[in-house]
Amino acid sequence: MRLRLEKRPQPARHWIYLSPVLAVLVTMLAGGALFAALGKNPVAAISTIFWEPLFGEFAFYYRPQLLVKGAPLVLIAIGLALGFRAGIWNIGAEGQYIVGALTGAGVALAFYPLDAWFLFGLMILAGALGGLAWGMIPALLKLRFGTNEILVSLMLVYVAEQLLAAMALGPMRNPEGMGFPGSRNLQNYPAAHNAELIAGSGMHWGVVAALIAVIFAHILLGRHILGYQIRLTGQAPRAARFAGVNPARLILFCLGTSGALAGMAGLFEVSGPAGQVSIDFNVGYGFTAIIVAFLGRLHPLGILAAGLLMALTYIGGEIAQSELGLPAAAIQVFQGMLLFFLLAVDVLTNYRLRLLSRAPDPSRSL
Amino acid sequence: MTLKTLLTGAVLALGLTSTIALAQDDKTKVGFIYVGPIGDGGWTYEHDKGRLAIEEHFGDKVETIYRESVSEGADASRAITQMALSGADLIFTTSFGFMDATVSVAEKFPDVKFEHATGYKTAPNLATYSARFYEGRAIQGHIAGKMTKSNIVGYIASYPIPEVIRGINAAFIHARKVNPDVQFKIIWAYTWFDPAKEADAATALIEQGADVILQHTDSTAPQAAAEKAGGVVTFGQASDMAEYKPFPRVSSIIDNWAPYYIARTQAVIDGTWETQQVWHGIKEGMVEIGEITDAVPADVREEALAMKAAIASGEYHPFTGPLKKQDGSDWLAEGETADDGTLLGMDFYVEGLEGDIPQ
Repeated sequence: MRLRLEKRPQPARHWIYLSPVLAVLVTMLAGGALFAALGKNPVAAISTIFWEPLFGEFAFYYRPQLLVKGAPLVLIAIGLALGFRAGIWNIGAEGQYIVGALTGAGVALAFYPLDAWFLFGLMILAGALGGLAWGMIPALLKLRFGTNEILVSLMLVYVAEQLLAAMALGPMRNPEGMGFPGSRNLQNYPAAHNAELIAGSGMHWGVVAALIAVIFAHILLGRHILGYQIRLTGQAPRAARFAGVNPARLILFCLGTSGALAGMAGLFEVSGPAGQVSIDFNVGYGFTAIIVAFLGRLHPLGILAAGLLMALTYIGGEIAQSELGLPAAAIQVFQGMLLFFLLAVDVLTNYRLRLLSRAPDPSRSL
Repeated sequence: MTLKTLLTGAVLALGLTSTIALAQDDKTKVGFIYVGPIGDGGWTYEHDKGRLAIEEHFGDKVETIYRESVSEGADASRAITQMALSGADLIFTTSFGFMDATVSVAEKFPDVKFEHATGYKTAPNLATYSARFYEGRAIQGHIAGKMTKSNIVGYIASYPIPEVIRGINAAFIHARKVNPDVQFKIIWAYTWFDPAKEADAATALIEQGADVILQHTDSTAPQAAAEKAGGVVTFGQASDMAEYKPFPRVSSIIDNWAPYYIARTQAVIDGTWETQQVWHGIKEGMVEIGEITDAVPADVREEALAMKAAIASGEYHPFTGPLKKQDGSDWLAEGETADDGTLLGMDFYVEGLEGDIPQ
């Protein structure tokens, strides 16, 4: 007996939207089984993860935190999705995030302690340019030498991490920090602080930027010729070329935009929730955003929802850890399951399983 | 939650709130924020042993909670805030990188007591505590200097912060003292816990001829790498790492946080908790020297134990002059000992060490 995957002639359209929901449900079931195997009450664990942050006793604190955690994910994932749709794979958003944080914070630290209204705008610009420049490296290498942007962008993450460590220890080190690594805390520098717009709401400029990015991406993909070219290139590269799409321009645009958005996310994080350039500043938003992009079907509104869902599993997962004593690794497995089951459901959307009782019929292999 | 609200409402109506509040206060809640997983076999593992010691000592009177593998920055703030919200009375944040997050959360919860390990910022409700690991490093340096045959000692350093630099200097001074030809090769791993990176660093050092490896990172990966290479001496870091006894692990520095954690929890229960900056060493028992195995010659073991006794009694300070800095300038005159201020901010190598501290 053998199993075979057979491509469906036409995948059911509603499944494209139903599959993320199904993936979440299956993840809850499998995750519950995992938590039960660890000796925890699965219902309590799942409800802590999904219920507590939204409606629990301390929801007033956790709800804003969902925005804080979700904003960088959405902002980065929007940029990544543009490229992914066109078949341009930027895996190095984490590096662009770091460099954007460094250039943005660098501007703030260079002007310290100047109290000027234009400083924060300048920082956003510098952050976007830093991320853009880091994203341009794989783009230009691909155009000039035909290198693989997946490898180059990924490896540049490790370069960026070393750069971050060097900056935290060297040029950006807090001169009043008694020799300890890490920059000044921008939270204590009002002109550069990405503070909450309304106290206690979690709404900082990064959240605003993420929402704007969602709207722009939505319009771009739906209404603009560039969005059409992106979609066409992803679905039928040959047809796109006949239609006059300039692939070089598209590569520059996609890697540049995703780099700039990741850089801005880094800037908003370093000047707000994180506060300072430190050796361990990056915590993996650039990689998690890849999951968010796919979970959101590479669709701007889907990404917004997926980013918030991912943030929910983070915040809820943290609560479950300290309230129920779940190991951190179990929560990570739980989050990983989400992508795993999404991909699995996707396969079954596009293919059907066939049980073959004997060796395949030779006539079919033609 | 709804049930709880209802109950609270009912209790309010009956006017029994004070009794309930007391009942809740009876049980002191102590929280721990860890930088690594509790199974790291090193730093976090020992802090978690301290937590378990609290549970054992106080039994039902105290409840403990913890969060492992917490990232620095925004995630740390949230983790600490969450513990404070959930009713913790005392929260230990056990990594240098949690400093600013601990400070800002402590401001928001004046009634909760905070203790930050290895930092330097305090507040009325925020104390700091650390251990004089360099005392143990001095003893390791002595053994390393005696044990090395290639005269190359490898050192896996984590981050170039004063605590780590202090350890390198203390070990080097005492290795040189007994072996004028000894050299230190230092690799900066930029991590506290990353078994793969630590194993790579250990292998690289061994390939460069090191036959003794000291580590300031928390996993047992360097021990395993040394065991595989054969003939390489190691020391347990933060925890005893006894599974690598009697060789390659010939001794260890053990962080024993339990007595401190129990004392501070007791202080919160008694209402006598006050902010402080504590820096305890071998004398107070916060730094312990793990068994020196038979792989170390008897005379070397005797000398090492004698040094331990001298440090414990205060008779000997590991940083005693004459000592010069790496650039050849004078640091400590004959018989002079380093003051804590200099040690806490140490950002220079002593004479004889090669290479630069990463800038």
